[in-house]
Amino acid sequence: MVMKMEGGFLKNLGKVYGVYTGAFLGFTIFIGILEWFGVPNRVLGYLFIFLTIGVYALIGWLSRTAEVSEYYVAGRSVPAFYNGMATGADWMSAASFIGMAGSLYFGGYGGLAFVLGWTGGYCLVAVLQAPYLRKFGQYTVPDFFSARFGGNVARFAAVIVLITASFTYVVAQIVGVGVITSRFLGLSFQVACFVGLIGILVCSMLGGMKAVTWTQVAQYIILIIAYLIPVIIMSAKVTGVPIPQLMYGQALEKIAALEKTLGVTQPHASAFVNARGVYTPLVMWNFMALTLCLMVGTAALPHILMRYFTTPSVRQARMSVGWSLFFIFLLYFTAPSYAAFAKLEVYQNVIGQQIANLPAWVAAWGAPGLALVGACDAPNAATIYPLCRGVTGNGDGILQLSEFRIHTDAIVLATPEIAGLPYVIAGLVAAGGLAAALSTADGLLLAIANALSHDIYYKMIDPQADTKRRLVISRVLLAIVAVIAAYVAGTLGADILFLVSWAFSIAAAGLFAGLVMGIWWKGTTNAGGLWGVIVGYGICMFVLVSTEFYGPWVKEFMAGFGVNVDIVKIRGRDVGYILGINNISCGIFGIPAAFIATYVVSLFTEKPTPEMQAFVESIRVPTGAVKLVSAADDVHDDAVAH
Amino acid sequence: MDNKQPLSPEQAKAYWAKTSSLMWTLMALWVFFGFIIHFWAPELNGIKILGFPLGFYMAAQGSLIVFVVICFWNAIAQDKIDDEFGVSDE
Repeated sequence: MVMKMEGGFLKNLGKVYGVYTGAFLGFTIFIGILEWFGVPNRVLGYLFIFLTIGVYALIGWLSRTAEVSEYYVAGRSVPAFYNGMATGADWMSAASFIGMAGSLYFGGYGGLAFVLGWTGGYCLVAVLQAPYLRKFGQYTVPDFFSARFGGNVARFAAVIVLITASFTYVVAQIVGVGVITSRFLGLSFQVACFVGLIGILVCSMLGGMKAVTWTQVAQYIILIIAYLIPVIIMSAKVTGVPIPQLMYGQALEKIAALEKTLGVTQPHASAFVNARGVYTPLVMWNFMALTLCLMVGTAALPHILMRYFTTPSVRQARMSVGWSLFFIFLLYFTAPSYAAFAKLEVYQNVIGQQIANLPAWVAAWGAPGLALVGACDAPNAATIYPLCRGVTGNGDGILQLSEFRIHTDAIVLATPEIAGLPYVIAGLVAAGGLAAALSTADGLLLAIANALSHDIYYKMIDPQADTKRRLVISRVLLAIVAVIAAYVAGTLGADILFLVSWAFSIAAAGLFAGLVMGIWWKGTTNAGGLWGVIVGYGICMFVLVSTEFYGPWVKEFMAGFGVNVDIVKIRGRDVGYILGINNISCGIFGIPAAFIATYVVSLFTEKPTPEMQAFVESIRVPTGAVKLVSAADDVHDDAVAH
Repeated sequence: MDNKQPLSPEQAKAYWAKTSSLMWTLMALWVFFGFIIHFWAPELNGIKILGFPLGFYMAAQGSLIVFVVICFWNAIAQDKIDDEFGVSDE
């Protein structure tokens, strides 16, 4: 019975998600009608958030499974197109959805490192990794390290990197969920973190990868609709054409003209300039280093790579990377238009205006409780706008550039109101942001819990465990990791958000070299692969921790080698910038070190056995059996492969 | 699972040579559009298209479009190689 329904579901994916999309749009219109009848905003916010979480929970419950291969790799039955959507939701986090447009607003050209870095990595996934990992056909990324580099020591090293990178990242996602739910439901931040946690667990606990996949497809649809609608309407309002991605060129032109009259020293579109608008090579090198770390990190984060274990074939795995990037591209090439339209609105209608004549959105988003905007002209402005604390205005009744404050999150969240849209669209954006944060958190938690239950427990501690026991252990571990992550998020709060970029550098330095060289160079030895992980991860972590917390010590230490370290006051600490490079790009030291270590150690250690070379050859060709060197590395799910 | 003949060592070598050369081509494109072109962003910004300074446009949209093309191109070209050697798994 269940099997029959399952087969029917997979055959009718287009119909199912088409009806779902229609129902969601209908629901949004329904909320709009409620608003028109005067239902309070708070109630509308609750409806949006609880109904969407309810739908995710329902999908999670319908996808519950008792089969190991469904739990770990969704039964390898996810078609390329839908795996692309699921990967898109998995990939795009609260930081992409809400934070990125804000970074682009403040950073202008400099913020584009995130746009480039968070898309270009998929070329590496497509060309170097996905098809070969799919052919390899086990459950986790550490499975590959074990099979290719001689067993559980390499597996364990990969698990350590996976957990460091993914845990850092998942905590930041729960912070994102907390920020959104506390803002729209009026809960305290800690409580909101745990509400988000329930949302995450109901999606993933019963059905593992299978449930997460079908929930993520649903979440992608909501997040992309929610991201596109406000800025499309904004573009229509400002330029008359509802294609923001094409029309914000006009906004950039107007911004450039206004920057001259307002005396902005760092123009929006100028590349590699410092705060005074002067071209600076070090700014350029930091831009390139960050772009590279984010790209390579993309191709090393296990929650993304494991999505390509779920397609029915190697051919579909390749195609699904294309769809993944296409669905991600839809959001990322729209983000700069949010920043441009918001900046134009601020320069045109906010700066230089009488305080009494400011647009309504400034007061609405500046009020205590939201506090995302500040018009700080009057000496006591902080009583109306909490964001104005510490800013002294000149009290002339006109808002100068230096008296205006805006928070990164405000760019996406306030755009509906800037465009003069009703509250229902703001609720829609909140639902989209929540979908983005929940879907990423789901994928990450599953990656961590799978590493613990499959790699550590089943492969290293108790290989005799039966199916039922393995699934129980997986679910218990998932819940435990989720609670710890929510606790850390609730305790440390929003200060932890800068850790997101660290996660990319850590994964990039620790795992990328082993994955690429393991597939593309047959001469990579067991010791070479292992030392690549240790050296890359070790150097990256050393640079991160030492520069972040012991900046002055690093300056002294590196001076001994004739290497310059700049000290920058940031996040309340003296942070060291080795060779002037920001430590979010610590992968720039770790990635090459990992490749060199892998290569050099491989030259001086025993050559891979003929069996190992046959294994590498067997994963390079889509057909034929995978010739594992050790039978202990097999997950035995051939029965469901097709 | 599959009824196709395994590749002979010579065929396997030829298959991997074609796959590798596709890989190097696409990686070269990736390096060019991911990094090299952006070194000239300040100069490219002097050219304006539909209001976009070209250097800004490349980092915000142009390179992204190339990335999407690279991923689909890889899938299609590799499928062709697979079919040529009779090793497609579908």
